Amino acid sequence: MDGNLITFYILGFVAVGAALGMLFSKNAVYSALFLIMNFAVVAVFYLMLGAPFIAMAQVTVYAGAIMVLFLFVIMLLGAEKLAGKDTLTWQKPFAWLLVVFFVFAGAYQLGMRGLTEAAITPFPSSEFGSPAAIGDILFNQYLLPFEVTSVLLLVAMIGAIVLTKDRKQ
Amino acid sequence: MIPIENYIALSAILFTIGVLGVLTRRNAIVIFMSVELMLNAGNLLFVAFAQQYEALSGQVFVFFVMTVAAAEVAVGLALIVAIFRARRTINIDEMSTLKG
Repeated sequence: MDGNLITFYILGFVAVGAALGMLFSKNAVYSALFLIMNFAVVAVFYLMLGAPFIAMAQVTVYAGAIMVLFLFVIMLLGAEKLAGKDTLTWQKPFAWLLVVFFVFAGAYQLGMRGLTEAAITPFPSSEFGSPAAIGDILFNQYLLPFEVTSVLLLVAMIGAIVLTKDRKQ
Repeated sequence: MIPIENYIALSAILFTIGVLGVLTRRNAIVIFMSVELMLNAGNLLFVAFAQQYEALSGQVFVFFVMTVAAAEVAVGLALIVAIFRARRTINIDEMSTLKG
Protein backbone atom coordinates (compact mmCIF):
# COMPACT_ATOMS: atom_id res chain seq x y z
CA MET A 1 0.00 0.00 0.00
CA ASP A 2 1.55 3.26 -1.02
CA GLY A 3 1.62 6.48 0.93
CA ASN A 4 -1.08 8.16 -1.12
CA LEU A 5 -3.58 5.47 -0.30
CA ILE A 6 -2.73 5.55 3.42
CA THR A 7 -3.22 9.33 3.42
CA PHE A 8 -6.54 8.85 1.65
CA TYR A 9 -7.78 6.38 4.25
CA ILE A 10 -6.74 8.51 7.21
CA LEU A 11 -8.36 11.62 5.73
CA GLY A 12 -11.41 9.60 4.70
CA PHE A 13 -11.91 8.36 8.25
CA VAL A 14 -11.58 11.91 9.58
CA ALA A 15 -14.11 13.17 6.99
CA VAL A 16 -16.64 10.45 7.77
CA GLY A 17 -16.06 10.84 11.51
CA ALA A 18 -16.64 14.59 11.30
CA ALA A 19 -19.82 14.03 9.28
CA LEU A 20 -21.08 11.52 11.85
CA GLY A 21 -20.18 13.97 14.61
CA MET A 22 -22.33 16.57 12.86
CA LEU A 23 -25.15 14.07 12.65
CA PHE A 24 -25.08 13.03 16.31
CA SER A 25 -24.27 16.30 18.09
CA LYS A 26 -27.19 17.44 20.18
CA ASN A 27 -25.86 20.99 20.14
CA ALA A 28 -26.19 22.75 16.78
CA VAL A 29 -22.97 24.73 17.39
CA TYR A 30 -20.99 21.48 17.67
CA SER A 31 -22.68 20.28 14.50
CA ALA A 32 -21.51 23.40 12.67
CA LEU A 33 -17.94 23.01 13.96
CA PHE A 34 -17.85 19.35 12.91
CA LEU A 35 -19.08 20.38 9.47
CA ILE A 36 -16.26 22.95 9.20
CA MET A 37 -13.80 20.14 9.97
CA ASN A 38 -15.39 18.01 7.27
CA PHE A 39 -15.14 20.84 4.74
CA ALA A 40 -11.47 21.38 5.61
CA VAL A 41 -10.70 17.70 5.04
CA VAL A 42 -12.56 17.76 1.72
CA ALA A 43 -10.42 20.78 0.76
CA VAL A 44 -7.34 18.61 1.35
CA PHE A 45 -8.90 15.99 -0.93
CA TYR A 46 -9.27 18.66 -3.61
CA LEU A 47 -5.58 19.46 -3.26
CA MET A 48 -4.74 15.78 -3.68
CA LEU A 49 -6.94 15.70 -6.80
CA GLY A 50 -5.03 18.53 -8.43
CA ALA A 51 -7.58 21.26 -7.84
CA PRO A 52 -5.81 23.95 -5.75
CA PHE A 53 -8.17 26.73 -6.82
CA ILE A 54 -11.26 24.76 -5.83
CA ALA A 55 -9.59 23.82 -2.54
CA MET A 56 -8.99 27.46 -1.67
CA ALA A 57 -12.53 28.39 -2.72
CA GLN A 58 -13.79 25.57 -0.50
CA VAL A 59 -11.96 26.95 2.52
CA THR A 60 -12.93 30.58 1.97
CA VAL A 61 -16.50 30.16 0.72
CA TYR A 62 -17.68 27.02 2.47
CA ALA A 63 -15.66 26.71 5.67
CA GLY A 64 -15.38 30.48 5.90
CA ALA A 65 -18.36 32.43 4.70
CA ILE A 66 -21.19 29.87 4.70
CA MET A 67 -20.36 28.34 8.07
CA VAL A 68 -19.89 31.75 9.69
CA LEU A 69 -23.39 32.56 8.44
CA PHE A 70 -24.67 29.33 10.00
CA LEU A 71 -22.99 30.00 13.36
CA PHE A 72 -24.21 33.58 13.28
CA VAL A 73 -27.83 32.50 12.79
CA ILE A 74 -27.58 29.76 15.43
CA MET A 75 -26.30 32.26 17.98
CA LEU A 76 -28.73 34.97 16.88
CA LEU A 77 -31.70 32.69 17.43
CA GLY A 78 -30.23 30.96 20.48
CA ALA A 79 -31.24 27.72 18.82
CA GLU A 80 -28.39 25.46 19.91
CA LYS A 81 -30.75 22.98 21.47
CA LEU A 82 -34.29 22.13 20.59
CA ALA A 83 -36.92 22.14 23.28
CA GLY A 84 -39.60 19.51 23.21
CA LYS A 85 -39.52 15.82 22.68
CA ASP A 86 -38.52 13.89 19.62
CA THR A 87 -41.61 12.94 17.68
CA LEU A 88 -39.96 10.41 15.41
CA THR A 89 -40.55 6.86 16.54
CA TRP A 90 -40.26 4.06 14.01
CA GLN A 91 -38.95 6.37 11.29
CA LYS A 92 -35.45 6.60 12.73
CA PRO A 93 -34.54 2.87 12.65
CA PHE A 94 -36.20 2.67 9.23
CA ALA A 95 -34.02 5.52 7.93
CA TRP A 96 -30.91 3.73 9.25
CA LEU A 97 -32.02 0.51 7.58
CA LEU A 98 -32.45 2.26 4.23
CA VAL A 99 -29.08 3.97 4.57
CA VAL A 100 -27.25 0.73 5.33
CA PHE A 101 -29.02 -0.90 2.40
CA PHE A 102 -28.04 1.96 0.11
CA VAL A 103 -24.37 1.86 1.10
CA PHE A 104 -24.17 -1.90 0.68
CA ALA A 105 -25.96 -1.79 -2.65
CA GLY A 106 -23.52 0.85 -3.84
CA ALA A 107 -20.52 -1.09 -2.56
CA TYR A 108 -21.81 -4.23 -4.25
CA GLN A 109 -22.21 -2.45 -7.57
CA LEU A 110 -18.73 -0.99 -7.31
CA GLY A 111 -17.19 -4.30 -6.31
CA MET A 112 -18.97 -6.38 -8.93
CA ARG A 113 -18.82 -4.09 -11.90
CA GLY A 114 -16.03 -1.70 -11.19
CA LEU A 115 -15.57 1.09 -13.65
CA THR A 116 -14.32 1.16 -17.18
CA GLU A 117 -10.73 2.22 -16.98
CA ALA A 118 -10.20 5.47 -18.80
CA ALA A 119 -6.81 6.60 -19.95
CA ILE A 120 -5.37 7.69 -16.63
CA THR A 121 -2.44 9.99 -16.38
CA PRO A 122 -0.71 9.39 -13.05
CA PHE A 123 -0.12 13.05 -12.35
CA PRO A 124 -1.88 15.76 -14.29
CA SER A 125 0.32 18.56 -15.52
CA SER A 126 0.90 21.39 -13.10
CA GLU A 127 -1.21 23.63 -15.31
CA PHE A 128 -4.29 21.47 -14.73
CA GLY A 129 -6.59 23.05 -12.17
CA SER A 130 -4.46 26.15 -11.69
CA PRO A 131 -6.35 29.42 -11.22
CA ALA A 132 -5.19 30.56 -14.67
CA ALA A 133 -6.58 27.43 -16.36
CA ILE A 134 -9.87 27.68 -14.42
CA GLY A 135 -10.20 31.37 -15.26
CA ASP A 136 -9.54 30.66 -18.91
CA ILE A 137 -12.29 28.06 -19.20
CA LEU A 138 -14.65 30.03 -16.92
CA PHE A 139 -14.50 33.26 -18.91
CA ASN A 140 -14.49 31.68 -22.33
CA GLN A 141 -16.50 28.49 -22.40
CA TYR A 142 -18.73 29.21 -19.39
CA LEU A 143 -19.16 32.97 -19.64
CA LEU A 144 -22.97 32.96 -19.79
CA PRO A 145 -23.45 30.65 -16.75
CA PHE A 146 -20.92 32.81 -14.90
CA GLU A 147 -22.96 35.92 -15.59
CA VAL A 148 -26.17 34.14 -14.64
CA THR A 149 -24.71 33.21 -11.24
CA SER A 150 -24.07 36.88 -10.56
CA VAL A 151 -27.79 37.55 -11.12
CA LEU A 152 -28.57 34.56 -8.89
CA LEU A 153 -26.45 35.99 -6.07
CA LEU A 154 -28.15 39.37 -6.45
CA VAL A 155 -31.57 37.70 -6.24
CA ALA A 156 -30.47 35.76 -3.15
CA MET A 157 -29.23 38.96 -1.51
CA ILE A 158 -32.48 40.82 -2.19
CA GLY A 159 -34.46 37.78 -1.06
CA ALA A 160 -32.59 37.57 2.23
CA ILE A 161 -33.14 41.27 2.91
CA VAL A 162 -36.85 41.12 2.05
CA LEU A 163 -37.44 37.97 4.11
CA THR A 164 -35.81 39.32 7.26
CA LYS A 165 -37.19 42.83 7.04
CA ASP A 166 -39.26 43.97 9.99
CA ARG A 167 -42.87 44.26 8.82
CA LYS A 168 -43.95 46.83 11.41
CA GLN A 169 -41.96 49.72 10.01
CA MET B 1 -2.79 7.74 -7.92
CA ILE B 2 -5.79 6.70 -5.86
CA PRO B 3 -8.38 4.62 -7.71
CA ILE B 4 -11.53 6.60 -8.39
CA GLU B 5 -13.63 3.89 -6.72
CA ASN B 6 -12.32 5.10 -3.35
CA TYR B 7 -13.59 8.60 -4.00
CA ILE B 8 -16.94 7.27 -5.18
CA ALA B 9 -17.29 5.22 -1.99
CA LEU B 10 -16.28 8.14 0.25
CA SER B 11 -18.62 10.49 -1.56
CA ALA B 12 -21.50 7.99 -1.30
CA ILE B 13 -20.93 7.60 2.45
CA LEU B 14 -20.82 11.36 3.02
CA PHE B 15 -23.95 11.82 0.90
CA THR B 16 -25.79 9.12 2.85
CA ILE B 17 -24.86 10.72 6.16
CA GLY B 18 -26.34 13.93 4.77
CA VAL B 19 -29.55 12.14 3.80
CA LEU B 20 -29.69 10.61 7.26
CA GLY B 21 -29.32 14.05 8.80
CA VAL B 22 -32.23 15.39 6.77
CA LEU B 23 -34.38 12.39 7.64
CA THR B 24 -33.71 12.09 11.36
CA ARG B 25 -32.84 15.52 12.74
CA ARG B 26 -35.61 17.94 13.69
CA ASN B 27 -33.59 21.13 13.98
CA ALA B 28 -34.07 23.13 10.76
CA ILE B 29 -30.52 24.52 10.90
CA VAL B 30 -28.98 21.06 11.26
CA ILE B 31 -31.11 19.87 8.34
CA PHE B 32 -29.69 22.74 6.33
CA MET B 33 -26.16 21.72 7.26
CA SER B 34 -26.92 18.16 6.13
CA VAL B 35 -27.98 19.52 2.75
CA GLU B 36 -24.63 21.31 2.55
CA LEU B 37 -22.89 18.02 3.32
CA MET B 38 -24.73 16.35 0.43
CA LEU B 39 -23.75 19.15 -1.96
CA ASN B 40 -20.19 18.76 -0.78
CA ALA B 41 -20.21 15.02 -1.47
CA GLY B 42 -21.37 15.77 -5.00
CA ASN B 43 -18.60 18.34 -5.40
CA LEU B 44 -15.98 15.84 -4.31
CA LEU B 45 -17.12 13.46 -7.01
CA PHE B 46 -17.09 16.23 -9.60
CA VAL B 47 -13.45 17.00 -8.82
CA ALA B 48 -12.49 13.31 -8.72
CA PHE B 49 -13.93 12.68 -12.16
CA ALA B 50 -12.45 15.93 -13.47
CA GLN B 51 -9.04 14.53 -12.61
CA GLN B 52 -9.86 11.07 -13.93
CA TYR B 53 -10.83 12.34 -17.36
CA GLU B 54 -8.64 15.45 -17.30
CA ALA B 55 -11.67 17.59 -17.98
CA LEU B 56 -11.53 20.97 -16.32
CA SER B 57 -15.29 21.46 -16.75
CA GLY B 58 -15.83 19.33 -13.65
CA GLN B 59 -13.94 21.82 -11.53
CA VAL B 60 -15.84 24.74 -13.07
CA PHE B 61 -19.08 23.00 -12.17
CA VAL B 62 -17.94 22.76 -8.55
CA PHE B 63 -17.48 26.51 -8.69
CA PHE B 64 -21.08 26.93 -9.82
CA VAL B 65 -22.40 24.50 -7.23
CA MET B 66 -20.63 26.53 -4.53
CA THR B 67 -22.27 29.72 -5.79
CA VAL B 68 -25.70 28.13 -5.79
CA ALA B 69 -25.05 26.73 -2.30
CA ALA B 70 -24.10 30.18 -1.03
CA ALA B 71 -27.28 31.69 -2.49
CA GLU B 72 -29.33 28.85 -1.06
CA VAL B 73 -27.86 29.30 2.40
CA ALA B 74 -28.52 33.05 2.37
CA VAL B 75 -32.18 32.63 1.43
CA GLY B 76 -32.67 29.53 3.59
CA LEU B 77 -31.27 31.08 6.73
CA ALA B 78 -33.35 34.21 6.12
CA LEU B 79 -36.41 31.93 5.91
CA ILE B 80 -35.41 30.25 9.18
CA VAL B 81 -35.01 33.63 10.89
CA ALA B 82 -38.43 34.72 9.57
CA ILE B 83 -40.05 31.49 10.76
CA PHE B 84 -38.40 31.84 14.16
CA ARG B 85 -39.80 35.33 14.52
CA ALA B 86 -43.31 34.16 13.71
CA ARG B 87 -43.36 30.83 15.58
CA ARG B 88 -40.62 31.11 18.21
CA THR B 89 -39.27 27.69 17.19
CA ILE B 90 -37.27 26.05 14.44
CA ASN B 91 -38.41 22.52 15.16
CA ILE B 92 -39.81 21.39 11.85
CA ASP B 93 -42.32 19.10 13.56
CA GLU B 94 -44.07 22.13 15.01
CA MET B 95 -44.50 23.74 11.59
CA SER B 96 -47.61 21.76 10.75
CA THR B 97 -50.18 24.48 10.22
CA LEU B 98 -51.07 23.16 6.77
CA LYS B 99 -51.58 19.62 8.05
CA GLY B 100 -55.22 18.59 7.70
